[in-house]
Amino acid sequence: MNTYSNLAEALVSVPVCKLNDLVPGIGVGALVNGQQVAIFRLRNGDVFAVGNHDPFSGANVLSRGLTGCLKGCKVVASPIYKQHFDLATGVCLEDASVRIPVYAVQVEGDVVSVLM
Amino acid sequence: MNAKSRIVVIGNGMVGHKFLEVLAGHNDTGACEVVVLCEEPRPAYDRVYLSSYFTGKMAEDLSLVKGDFFNEQGLDLRLNTKAVAIDKAAKTVTTAAGETIAYDKLVIASGSFPFVPPVPGHNREHCLVYRTIEDLEAIKAGAAVSKVGVVVGGGLLGLEAAKALRDLGLETHVVEFAPRLMAVQLDEGGAKVLRRKIEALGVKVHTEKNTLEIVDGENARHVMKFADGSALETDLILFSAGIRPRDELGKQAELEMGPRGGIVVNNYCQTSDPDIYAIGEVALWSGRIYGLVAPGYHMATVAADHIMAVSAKEFAGADMSTKLKLMGVDVGSIGDAMGSTPGAHSYYYIDDAKDIYKKIVVSADGKHLLGAVMVGDVDAYGGLLQLMLNRMELPEYPDVLILPVRDGTGEVGVGVDALPMTAQICSCNNVSKSDICDAIDAGAMEVGDIKSATKAATTCGGCTALIGQILKCELGKRGVEVKKDICEHFAYSRQEMYHLIKIEKIRSFEEMLEKHGKGDGCDICKPTTASILASTWNDHILKTEHASLQDTNDYYMANMQKDGTYSVVPRMPGGEVTPEGLITVGQVAKKYGLYTKITGGQRVDLFGARVDQLPSIWSELIDAGFESGHAYGKSLRTVKSCVGSTWCRYGVQDSVGTAIDLEKRYRGVRSPHKIKFGVSGCTRECAEAQGKDVGVIATEKGWNLYVCGNGGMKPRHAELLAGDLDTATLVKYIDRFLMFYIRTADRLQRTSVWRDNLEGGLKYLQDVIINDSLGLAAELEADMQHLVDTYQCEWKTTIEDPEKLKRFRHFVNSDEKDANVVFVEERGQIRPASVAEKKGLIETVSV
Ligand code: SRM
Ligand SMILES: Cc1cc2nc3c(=O)[nH]c(=O)nc-3n(C[C@H](O)[C@H](O)[C@H](O)COP(=O)(O)OP(=O)(O)OC[C@H]3O[C@@H](n4cnc5c(N)ncnc54)[C@H](O)[C@@H]3O)c2cc1C
Ligand code: SF4
Ligand code: FES
Repeated sequence: MNTYSNLAEALVSVPVCKLNDLVPGIGVGALVNGQQVAIFRLRNGDVFAVGNHDPFSGANVLSRGLTGCLKGCKVVASPIYKQHFDLATGVCLEDASVRIPVYAVQVEGDVVSVLM
Repeated sequence: MNAKSRIVVIGNGMVGHKFLEVLAGHNDTGACEVVVLCEEPRPAYDRVYLSSYFTGKMAEDLSLVKGDFFNEQGLDLRLNTKAVAIDKAAKTVTTAAGETIAYDKLVIASGSFPFVPPVPGHNREHCLVYRTIEDLEAIKAGAAVSKVGVVVGGGLLGLEAAKALRDLGLETHVVEFAPRLMAVQLDEGGAKVLRRKIEALGVKVHTEKNTLEIVDGENARHVMKFADGSALETDLILFSAGIRPRDELGKQAELEMGPRGGIVVNNYCQTSDPDIYAIGEVALWSGRIYGLVAPGYHMATVAADHIMAVSAKEFAGADMSTKLKLMGVDVGSIGDAMGSTPGAHSYYYIDDAKDIYKKIVVSADGKHLLGAVMVGDVDAYGGLLQLMLNRMELPEYPDVLILPVRDGTGEVGVGVDALPMTAQICSCNNVSKSDICDAIDAGAMEVGDIKSATKAATTCGGCTALIGQILKCELGKRGVEVKKDICEHFAYSRQEMYHLIKIEKIRSFEEMLEKHGKGDGCDICKPTTASILASTWNDHILKTEHASLQDTNDYYMANMQKDGTYSVVPRMPGGEVTPEGLITVGQVAKKYGLYTKITGGQRVDLFGARVDQLPSIWSELIDAGFESGHAYGKSLRTVKSCVGSTWCRYGVQDSVGTAIDLEKRYRGVRSPHKIKFGVSGCTRECAEAQGKDVGVIATEKGWNLYVCGNGGMKPRHAELLAGDLDTATLVKYIDRFLMFYIRTADRLQRTSVWRDNLEGGLKYLQDVIINDSLGLAAELEADMQHLVDTYQCEWKTTIEDPEKLKRFRHFVNSDEKDANVVFVEERGQIRPASVAEKKGLIETVSV
């Protein structure tokens, strides 16, 4: 079984944007290795990346959802039907059987990269 | 009852119709056939609100028939059909046209007719009565050719009729035989105060007048000559001297009759022939005729239940207590108002300065309330009525029940908790406290929920405040938090948040969170705060500190569609657009390949724009003079107009011009939910203004203002707030109305739902907006003026700001488009491809 560090080594860090491109509370969409990713910077500075695809509507729109916290989880709300996804695990709060991909993020200096 | 049996109902008045509604509930299998004979040219309408016909309501507004009731229920309704004979033995009814209809059960609901004293001259021209819509039409026509009007009869209906004459612009007199007004309901003291108040409104009252004859007048059409030698000249006379049962069919069929009329019924409302029932004002129960709807409705229920054998409920009489507003004067009368019970004693409170009179009648042992009279202040009515009806024990010093409360300890009255479960809270609809508790157990949380679950408070509305108190108390007892915290981050309702932001001059979400919230916020409190901030300070919604609070629609100032593209809706105030404007819209749509459609709100919607296209689409529209239509905001959507007096042969005012002015005034104002207006140029109402949050309908004299209508999920007719307004007053009232809604509504609560939950209902709203009862009017107007003065086209400002424009891109690191957005062609335009179509066209996006 792979340990986390093994896994991380297997991934490539893809630089995506400047930290300044990320306004706290507002997401951006990014194209990383052909995959659509939604990247969020929260009020406290944490940066998260998840899939941009909303499994409920089928549209690539999660980057345009509102972020917040619910019962201790950092979440993004789908802008279409308003389901919430845990930014750390990708699990949907309203339907735990639905899960979106989550990606590790590196912030080095001014550069934000997604591990993929 | 056997299958395929037939019920014939004579009369489709208020009570007859209630019978049909109750019956429909028991007859969903269509087991019996129902024939309804209705003498009038239209089906049942609300007589209780008849006078509102004079203030702009139409005959259709007064209708009691819900939707397509008769067809849905398979009822055979025969309009203009009078029953003239009953054959008990053959079990048939004959109509005036000579048709004979067989029945298994017959229900007589023929109501009553106004009594006209047989004085010589009573049938002269413009001597009228007040009971049907046709009567009202005659009164209207008569008033148009009259200066002076007299109402004969100073009872409840007479005073209402007097108000109608006064509203029609006549010099109005009331002539009463008894020594005081409302002799049935009021004692001398109460009647005196009422008389003073009514005379102050310009209506002249003449008591102890016995009319001897009516003959040609000198200065007016008639002169009425009285027994005391005096006389009164008048052009129009309205008789309102009591009612008499329309019991002629009972006599003809030789049913048992009362000595002074009325068809005798038993506790199941059966007449002396067990297959014939009588209900409503024609029925005599226990020697009494009840001239009010509530007892009639009980009879209807009892009879329908008995015929269908679903219950053995019995009619057991009814309480005749009344509360009403006569010419703006509140009057209440409960139980033994005269204090005629042996040994009873009374307490009085009289305030001459404010013209308030209150009296309670207490049993000899001082333990129970027997009756009460209230004029000028009826706040105590609901509580006192419950005290009497439920024989609850009085406080040690019963006078506290009518003394004003000045130390801020709140109303004394009756604690709702002490009310027994059987207490009847809504008499119009026979709803008890236990019915309300059942609704609460089934999940009702607001007065509006109780209304839809039980029908309580949906007729006269007199019980609304009491229901609110019971709800609060019962929710509390069930441990349900009544507090309306908007989310886990703020322990406040929207209304409280509005207050905090305004009073503490809070300018940002961060400040709000720091001072009053906890955590990071969420997709509920962020947009709510953003909306309140906008309703208060009106900054640009994409200002740095506000941008991250906005829902995607507000953030991109466009409505997100199912595939993640957006729609673009330029404002077209009042639905007016120039040919050049239309051409530009067409050219833009063509250039960007957008789908175009006329919306339900009288403007054009362009669909299928990608985020990155929005700025250039908008800059082209703005160059052509268009502005944001705020289709994305919880704010003013459209002001629908009809073409009005400019073109239409019936129009009486310029509805398009007014619609445009209103749309321009309120555009961009952020509110708890979206707001829609309509302006119609005449009563034909082609702009459907009565289905809007704010509806304006032109009259000969100005504008009628309707509020709190809704189309959508649960349609609600708007209600007349004020009539015949000049344009300046119209705008003033709308300013106040909207600002009051913005201040007090819940999140995402349309005006219709807000109104249904407003304790005190329309009257309260009228008090706040027209009479300024809260002393807030100036502030509300100033707040609205601030929003009007600080309006900006959000799109224009955005296009001029390169920082703001940066956000309009799909990928932060690529100019590629979203490959998932795929269109196919349909009827010459684009539409989003279905999943199957996409599978054939592109590789599926892996997740
Ligand atoms: C575009 C339009 C349909 C059309 O093609 O004609 C439309 C489209 C939508 N309506 Fe509507 N409504 C449109 C006219 C209406 C009307 C008719 C009217 O305004 O006269 C009504 C009934 C009148 C009323 O509101 O009382 C209407 C009652 C609703 C409702 C129910 C509201 C209610 O309180 O019952 C919703 C749902 C809601 O708001 O929660 C809704 C919601 C929506 C939403 C926002 C649903 C959504 O979240 O995606 C749709 C998005 C619009 C968009 O993307 O631009 N729409 N909608 C109409 C835009 C009018 C405009 O020019 O702005
Ligand atoms: C102006 C006004 C204000 C009022 N305000 C109030 C109030 O505030 N509160 C309150 O409780 N009550 C009020 N009332 C009284 C209330 O309207 C009546 O109690 C109620 O309408 C009685 O209902 P009903 O069905 O018995 O009679 P109606 O409503 O009069 O209906 C009887 C119907 O039967 C029809 N009919 C009669 N004979 C025949 C026949 N032979 N064949 C076919 N059809 C026939 C009549 O044309 C009529 O349509 C008011 C009444 C008026 C006129
Ligand atoms: S239900 Fe009506 S408003 Fe909602 S998406 Fe369908 S057409 Fe549009
Ligand atoms: S008492 Fe009339 S509506 Fe409830």
